[in-house]
Parts: sequence; structure tokens; C-alpha cells
Amino acid sequence: MTETGPRTVLSTTSLGLRIRGVTIVDDVSLDVNEGELLVIIGPNGAGKTTLFNLLSGVTRPTSGKVVFRGDDITTAPPYVRARRGMGRTFQTSTIFAELSTLENVRLAAQAHLGGSDHIWALADRQQAALERARAALASVGLETRERAKAASLSHGEKRKLDLAILLCGDPRLVLLDEPTAGIAVEDVPEMMTLIRHIHRDQNKTVLMVEHRMDLIMGLADRMAVMHHGSLLAVDTPERIIANEIVQSAYLGDPL
Amino acid sequence: MTTIALLLITGLGLGALYFLIAAGLSLIWGLMRVLNFAHGAFFTVAAYAGWSASRLLTSSPAELRWAVAVVVAIVVGGAFAALTEVLLIRPLYSRHVGQVLVTVGLALATISLVQGGFGSDPQPFAVPDWMTNTSSIAGAGIPNTRLLVIVFAAVVLAVLLFFLQRTRFGLIVRAGVENRDMVQALGIDVQRAFTLVFTIGGMAAGLSGILAATYYGTVDPVRGTSMLIFAFIVVIIGGLGSVTGSAVAAVVVGVLQQFLNFYAAAGVGDFSVVLLLAVVLLVRPGGFSGSST
Amino acid sequence: MTRSVRIGVAVLLVVLAVLPFVGITIPGLFDGALNAPGTLNLLGMCFVFGALAVTYDIVFGYVGLLSFGHALYFATGVYVTAIALARWHWSLPAALALTVVVSLVLPLVLGAICLRMRDIPFAMVTLAFAQAGSILVMQNPFGLTGGEEGLALGGDVLPSFLVGVVNTRNVYWVAFALIVVVYVVAWRAVNSPPGRVWQAIRENERRVGVLGLNPYLYKLGAFVLSAFLASICGVVYLLLQGGANPQVTTADFTLALLVMVVLGGVGTLWGAVLGGLAYEYLDFRLVALSNAPAVQSLPALLRVPLSEPLFLLGVLFIVLVLFVPGGLGGALRRRLPLRA
Repeated sequence: MTETGPRTVLSTTSLGLRIRGVTIVDDVSLDVNEGELLVIIGPNGAGKTTLFNLLSGVTRPTSGKVVFRGDDITTAPPYVRARRGMGRTFQTSTIFAELSTLENVRLAAQAHLGGSDHIWALADRQQAALERARAALASVGLETRERAKAASLSHGEKRKLDLAILLCGDPRLVLLDEPTAGIAVEDVPEMMTLIRHIHRDQNKTVLMVEHRMDLIMGLADRMAVMHHGSLLAVDTPERIIANEIVQSAYLGDPL
Repeated sequence: MTTIALLLITGLGLGALYFLIAAGLSLIWGLMRVLNFAHGAFFTVAAYAGWSASRLLTSSPAELRWAVAVVVAIVVGGAFAALTEVLLIRPLYSRHVGQVLVTVGLALATISLVQGGFGSDPQPFAVPDWMTNTSSIAGAGIPNTRLLVIVFAAVVLAVLLFFLQRTRFGLIVRAGVENRDMVQALGIDVQRAFTLVFTIGGMAAGLSGILAATYYGTVDPVRGTSMLIFAFIVVIIGGLGSVTGSAVAAVVVGVLQQFLNFYAAAGVGDFSVVLLLAVVLLVRPGGFSGSST
Repeated sequence: MTRSVRIGVAVLLVVLAVLPFVGITIPGLFDGALNAPGTLNLLGMCFVFGALAVTYDIVFGYVGLLSFGHALYFATGVYVTAIALARWHWSLPAALALTVVVSLVLPLVLGAICLRMRDIPFAMVTLAFAQAGSILVMQNPFGLTGGEEGLALGGDVLPSFLVGVVNTRNVYWVAFALIVVVYVVAWRAVNSPPGRVWQAIRENERRVGVLGLNPYLYKLGAFVLSAFLASICGVVYLLLQGGANPQVTTADFTLALLVMVVLGGVGTLWGAVLGGLAYEYLDFRLVALSNAPAVQSLPALLRVPLSEPLFLLGVLFIVLVLFVPGGLGGALRRRLPLRA
């Protein structure tokens, strides 16, 4: 954020999703600025993951639009968004279970570097992809596990592998869907450190879903609160904590 | 005009047979995500069971023999399907491809066993005389068997819709088709719904089997397989998991097939149905009433 | 692969290549001597089905596409070549050239449509298209396919070195070359960068999209490659059979393929080979068994099931799916040191 005023990487305008008359995401307008770490919080069922699916193209919105780095990508399929620099993880690890750890990452490197259409080449001999894959594994601390089948990794390791796969694609914007979900309590600080590293040292813009408030204080530049499918507030963490509407959404009467 | 009326009603009759197979397939797919290849085996085994029962009662009146054959076919179709679900599908819970493969194996084994036991050739199936007579509709002599099949299918459609819309089990099935995980999360035993849907599907397929025997005047070991393929097409066009969609698509497919087979050439109708499927897929990948996810 | 396994495979390949010169009789395994035309023909058929199972394993085992229409592409190889040779009296190279073109264009068009669906709807649609092919062949349009009768090649339409009992060994070598070539191509393909994408799609298609790859194009590529190789298998089948028969177009034929691949172990190429060989051999021997006097004299309750090879294979298949998920290949791998 060295320029005069932050530049917008991703912006949504009145984004909405209705399925059979039920509103899941309602009129969400949100700007994500270059270089920031923006966290979406909200109770379970608030529509956070669905919003992520709309942003990454897994689900198509029924209204509104999504603009990413100046292009309208509202109806673009996931692979097009990925090529333009949007990477994401899923709430549950979505690694390729039957492939080895290294193969998982190398696939991502191969996808990023090209060469995925060389049918008569041998995948094992693609040096550039291999180096990139190893570097990504090292950056998340999985270099000793490269031969292990991904299915055999611990839950925390799988989440790290998720991040390594993500980093291989060299995304400009990183969408993280509850990166601490399901991992052991003692592994949470390490995961937070990793995310900070991705944000600060690798200069990624990060949009992240998390529902544990305590974890993101001190990490987030801004927070967006979602409730019943719509955005209640977007502001700095300090002001969000002080916000009465947010307090009632989180602590007050459920429904 | 008479030709058109004849083709229309014959097509409706054929569509009725497709619908009886497709309704079960569609519900099974919607609820369990299983492509049930054994459905053709339910059809065939039930038809041969009804045919055998009818042959045992040679001294009885033709109406009684036929009625017994229908009841036996429905019961055998339902029982065979229930056993299949409990013994073969249930142990493979959550292995969807495995479930499909088991039904494939069952279909192969059953059909070849029927062929081994009763021969590869079609066998004549005796029906009451009034069924083989014709009724005059719009100047055309329509074989009564066609009308009978249509009436049966309409009754089954009504009963199924009543079951789905008005009964508690029907509500579970409909909810399960929409979102199975949610139904389980509510603490409902989906397993029972699975068995039930399989049984209903088997009964409908069994009825279809014996009605097809009535319609064609024979039982045939390989008829189930080719009917099954058209039923698959009906299910896709009608939208997976939708009984009403299946009914509409069955009529469209049956009538289209009859008209083209008559006015173009034999086989053209069958072929066109597949082309229709391709067109539907290009226009609406989810079928006409299904959800596209 | 360990060194000893590699040597074993090399020895096996050499033995199979020189088999037509070996006059030994192995009682119980084959009826005639190893180089008798009957035995060579059976082995050639086994090779064709081994190769065909490999082509099916590419889409089913590696990409995870449950296609029920693979028979259509095999039948394309059989019928296009047969029609060009026997009906239009083209030369063999010209017939092969036409077959190659059709075998690439047809799966490209049909695959593009079918792959708009996923999972079970995909399976249903592939089945429907294959059924359309079967109907077409049965209808005998313009007298081309011969309908239910099939289409015999006759003696004069093929080069003489491929015709007649004395030349069975030449056709055997063609079939042997087929299985080697198909295996090598398939092995290279599944171990190539796109091959890795295929396996990733099998594991998690959505994730592949998020990596920036278009899963649709990769699936289509695998579909076309697999279908094309299947058509080539069909051509060799035609040479071995000396004619085309409509059984190869039916849904049952695809189901048999599925049985072969599952029999051998899904997602391993050599497992598929094993499954294809075993299926064809069993099918042949079970027919012989069903006609044996010992079986024919049994009471009907036992005789009928035993006389139906498809019944036995169907039951075997169910048992395998329920109790041996890895197939024969998976069961063998646990005992053999095949992985370094």
C-alpha cells in the first residue's frame, strides 16, 4: 500500500445467491485491497463458504457481479480465475489423496508453469516443476514428507500441503477457507505463523474465513462480518469488536 | 388420422412401460446416487415369475391367470429388489462405483441364468381374449393391451405422487433427494428409506415386466436390457430424481419413437431418441426438471 | 519395478514372440499344441482383450470416468474397417486410414457432449450413445453392416499373409504387437504431465479447476485417446475373427470390459492386461466346460448355472467387488515385490 490510496484487487457488487427461493448470500458488496489481509467472520451458516464458492467460481451467483483485477469474472469457470491469479483452499483439505505429497505439489507447479499438455513427456522428468514443488514444500515445512501418500498425512500436514499447492500457483490473491478448521490445538499457532508469512513475506493479498475471533486479532488488517448471508460491517478489528450490531449477531439471540 | 391415433396410443403405451422402469431408477438415483443396472434384471425375473405362475394355472380362467401373473410379478420384483439392496448395495455404503458395479454383475448373472433356464427365445404369454381385441378410438382399432398398460402406469403415477407428497416416508424420500446429508443430520434413518425406494422401484419394474409381456404377447430374456437403456434416457431427459419429469419424458420418448419408426424407418425412432437426448444435454445439462448441480 | 521382475517380463515377452515356433502341448491349459492355429488364435484374442482392457482402464481407472459406451469405439474399429474392405473393396491401407480418421472424430464429438455430464449421468449418456451405435449396426443401413448376421471379410479382401489357417501366426504377431504398443502408449500417457492431471481429476476434479487447469479438456483428451486405441484393438479383432459380428456393439460387451478391468484391478495397467487375458481365457474355457459331459449329466439346478459363462463371471465379479476391492492385481501386488 505505497500508492495514494489502496488499489482494489477483488470487488463484488450486490452479489447474491438464491436457490429455490431461499437466499443464501444476499447483496454482498465488498472490496479487497491490494496487500491487505481481510478476514470474514460470522456464525456457522452465515454463508461465508458459499461466498468463497461464488468468488472462486465453484458456484455461480444468481445476481450481482465479481470483478477481479479489473476484469468481470462473474461467470468465469474456476480454472480461468486461477490462471488470473486467484488461489484458494477449501474448508476440508482437498488434496489428491492417492498421489504422493510431492506429486500433489508438482501437479500444481506443472499447472502453473505449463507443459500439462505434453502427452509424450514423462511427468517425473519435468525439472522446473520439480524444483518449484520442492521449494513450496520447504516453505511450509513438509520437505521431509515428500514421498508419503497424501492420504497418510496428519490433518495439520494436509492443511500445510493445501497451502503448498496454493503457493505453487503464485497467486496474487489467496482465499483461505477456515485454515485452522479441524487441526489440533497445538498446531494452530504454527498455521497462523505460516499465514502471516504468506501475507507479509510473500506479499500476498489474503482473504480468509475464520470463526475464531481470538486467532485473528493482531493478524487481520480488516474484518468483514457476515450474518444470515449478508455483510453486517467491514472495518478494522478494533472497531468491529466495539460494534454493537456485530455483538448482537455473535452473542445475542440466535435467530 | 386413424394411423396417428394408433401411433399416439401405442407410443403412450410404450412410454408407460418406460415410465414404470424409469420412476424407480430416478428415485434410486436421486436418493442413493446409484445407477441401478439390476433394474433390468428385476424386470426380467418378475416377468418370468409371472409367466411361470400363469403356466401353473392352466385350468383356471384366463382373467385369473393373468391377474395372478401380475401380482406375482409385482411381489417378486419388489422382493428381489429389497434383497438386492440389503445384501449387495448396503455393504458397499459410500462406495458408489462399487454399488454400480455390483448391479452390473447382478444384471449379467441374472439375465444369463434366465436364458439358461428358459431359453434365449421369447416364450408366448397367454392373456385374456378381451385384451387382444381392439377398441375403436378416433376410428382406429387400438389393441386393448395398449390401453391397459396406459391405465396401469397412470395409476402408478398417481399412487407414487400421493406417496411422495402426502406420506411421512414420501417426505423423507423427497428431502433425501434434495439433500441426503441434511436428512441424516436430522436423525432420520435414511437406510430404511433406501430399502423402501428400492422395493418400490422393484415392484414398478416387475409390473412393467409383466405388462411388457402382455403388450408384446411374449416374455423375452433380453427385453429388460434394451428397455432399461431407454428408461435411462427417460430418466436423464426427465431430470434425475423427478418422478413427474420421468412421466413426461417417458411419453415424449415413447411417442417420438413410435412415430419415427413408422414414418421414417424401423430403427430410426430408436436412434432419434438418443439424438433427442444429445440435444437436451446440449441445451440443458441437468435435464428438464432436475437441478443442474 | 525391481530388477528381477524386469527380467521376468523380458523373458515372457521373448517367449510369447517366438511361441509360434514352439510345438509343445500343455494338457489342460490348451487343447492343441502351443503353435497350433487354434491356440494361437485364442492367445491372439486374449492379447486383443488385454489391450482393450488397458484402453478402458485409462478412462475408468486413471481419470475415474465410468463410461458405459466403450464398446462403441471398439466396434467402430471393427465395422469401419470391415465395411471399407468388404463392401467398398478398398485396400487395407486405405481402410485403415479411414478407420483412423473416424476413430478420432467420433469420440471427439460424442465425448464433447457426454462430458457435459459427470458421474452417473455421464455413465448413462455414454451408454445411450453406444446403444444408438448398436441399433444402427443391427438395422443394417444400406446393407452395409449385415445386421444380426454380421459381416464376413471373405478371402480376397485382405493381403494374403493375413488370411488362412497357415498364416494364423502372422495375425498372432499382429495381436502381440498390438498389446505391446497399446501398453507402452498407455504407460507413457498416464505417466506424462497430462496423465498426472487425469489422476488428480479422479481424486478431486474441483481442486484441479482451482489450480488453473480446465478439467473438461483433460477428460476429453483421455476419452479420445482411450477410444482411439480401442478402435485399433477392434481392427486387430477383425483380423483374428475374419469378420464383424454385432455382439461387439452391445451394452453387454462394455459390461464385460468393465468386468475385465475390475477383475484385474482398477487403475493399474498390468492389472487390466491380466484381467483382459483372464476374462477371455475363462470365457473360452467355460464354454468348453459347459459342453463337457460331466456338466451336461448334472441335474438342471446345477447344470444350468454352470453352462452359462456369463453367470459364472457375473457372480465372480460381484464377489470381487464385495470382497477383493483391488481385484486380482491388488491381491497379487500384496504378494509380489513389484514396487521398489
